[in-house]
Amino acid sequence: MARAIVNVPPKARRGEIIEIKALIQHEMETGFRVDNMGRVFPRDIITDFICKYNDEEIFRAELFPAIAANPFFSFFTTAIESGTVTFEWSGDNGFSATASRNIAVE
Amino acid sequence: MRYNPIAGSTRRRFLTDAAAGTGLVAADLGLGLPLIVRPAAATPDTMRAAIRNVIGEAPVRKGKVKLDIPPLVESGNTVSLSVSVESPMTADDHVKAIHVFNEKNPLPNVVGIRLGPRAGRATLATRIRLADSQTVTAIAELSDGSFWSDSVSVIVTLPACVETL
Amino acid sequence: MTPSIVIGLLWLGGIAMAAEIPLSERQSGYELMGGDTRAMQDDDTANPAMLWVLDGEALWNRRQGAAGKSCADCHGDARAGMKGVAARYPAFDGARARPVDLEQRINICRAEQQKATPLPFESKELLALTAYIGMQSRGMPIESKDDKRLTPFLRVGEELFKLRQGQLNLSCATCHDDNWGGKLAGAPIPQGHPNGYPLYRLEWQTLGSLQRRLHNCLIGMRAEAFAYGAPENVDLELYLMWRARGMKVETPAVRP
Repeated sequence: MARAIVNVPPKARRGEIIEIKALIQHEMETGFRVDNMGRVFPRDIITDFICKYNDEEIFRAELFPAIAANPFFSFFTTAIESGTVTFEWSGDNGFSATASRNIAVE
Repeated sequence: MRYNPIAGSTRRRFLTDAAAGTGLVAADLGLGLPLIVRPAAATPDTMRAAIRNVIGEAPVRKGKVKLDIPPLVESGNTVSLSVSVESPMTADDHVKAIHVFNEKNPLPNVVGIRLGPRAGRATLATRIRLADSQTVTAIAELSDGSFWSDSVSVIVTLPACVETL
Repeated sequence: MTPSIVIGLLWLGGIAMAAEIPLSERQSGYELMGGDTRAMQDDDTANPAMLWVLDGEALWNRRQGAAGKSCADCHGDARAGMKGVAARYPAFDGARARPVDLEQRINICRAEQQKATPLPFESKELLALTAYIGMQSRGMPIESKDDKRLTPFLRVGEELFKLRQGQLNLSCATCHDDNWGGKLAGAPIPQGHPNGYPLYRLEWQTLGSLQRRLHNCLIGMRAEAFAYGAPENVDLELYLMWRARGMKVETPAVRP
């Protein structure tokens, strides 16, 4: 599975707004590059990224070739309860990757 | 719901232009040199069409959105971008979506983000590619159905010593 | 490159002697980068190079080759065992009677100790291991090359650095000793210190080694690049690291 680095604070106060970061290894081949014989390198990108907090979607991104290689997102959510934050990436050629982190909310 | 960034006749013209563009340049030169051929690039018109495709006919007002991109970028391959929208992010008043568009890459869409009141803060950061110096536009869709935007003009430079001729 | 810039550089090269940068004026490429690129390097949770470092950590612990040994089996925890190692490479190899760089050292270990096939230059695995080992020297000063056996190779490296080459008749020194701080086609000219390798270069959109960067430079100068692992490359790396002695290791860095 592709290497991913995700960052969720391990602990938070109830109601605190926390920052989440997600980085995944992927070349994001745009489909517009051409080799020296005029052949196109076919598109191969991550198209969707979904972050869920205890199974409820809190962030979703639809990616286009304009997203840089090794896609990175940082965003915020409210620490409402203890549980698990999951990350799912999917894309061309059946690409699929997941990651998860636990969070303790008091 | 997936976007269809290039719909109908615009799509057909884009694909034809792309095929013709790629074939013509490679055949003409026939030198075997590595080429970066750009198919019909997005233009301000294609960008407008893409925006309409995503948000419909609703008016887009300037304000509430702050798009942060360095005005001078060292490499168009990886450009840090952050978007922030003023919003209390409550169930009644929050940002539902943020869309980013550009005018000179081959495709006008950059990314489409879905948020909800649980975000607490309508702020996000990512890294994008910019093919040339151009204007980037971020449009926020609020829960009351209104649309707000911000645009930034970016100058894109390339490092001087590149890998291939 | 436009003719006017080329002529300008040649003129400057002709007038100014290739003068070494005074130690107190040395500057990492980090200082020339924009704030966002620096922030990318400074944040381990957002630095794309860390993706390779994590792969390197996994490889460090993986048993491989006919001997069925992992790097960890001999060297232990890399955090202790590899501390300071990258800061003193390239280093003299007695058996080969010449300096080797970190990539070659890793492959020597693989072949001789692990009885495994060497990793190809610029392969994901070799980059990952070099980045992981390099990071264990992060923040430490690059060591001075005091080993007298290195002297003849340092001389070769220095000559290569000052040699005018290629269609543009430029030497490394023309830009990086004589015109650092200036601009080349809109991009700032750094002093060219290898204190962050292997690094994530935005232009490559991936991690790459110092030899890859040297390859870019030579192609950019319209000169012939050396093959990966060629002695010229290692001698040049040796000289560059000597030139950067005392500067802090930034591996895994980010550069435009």
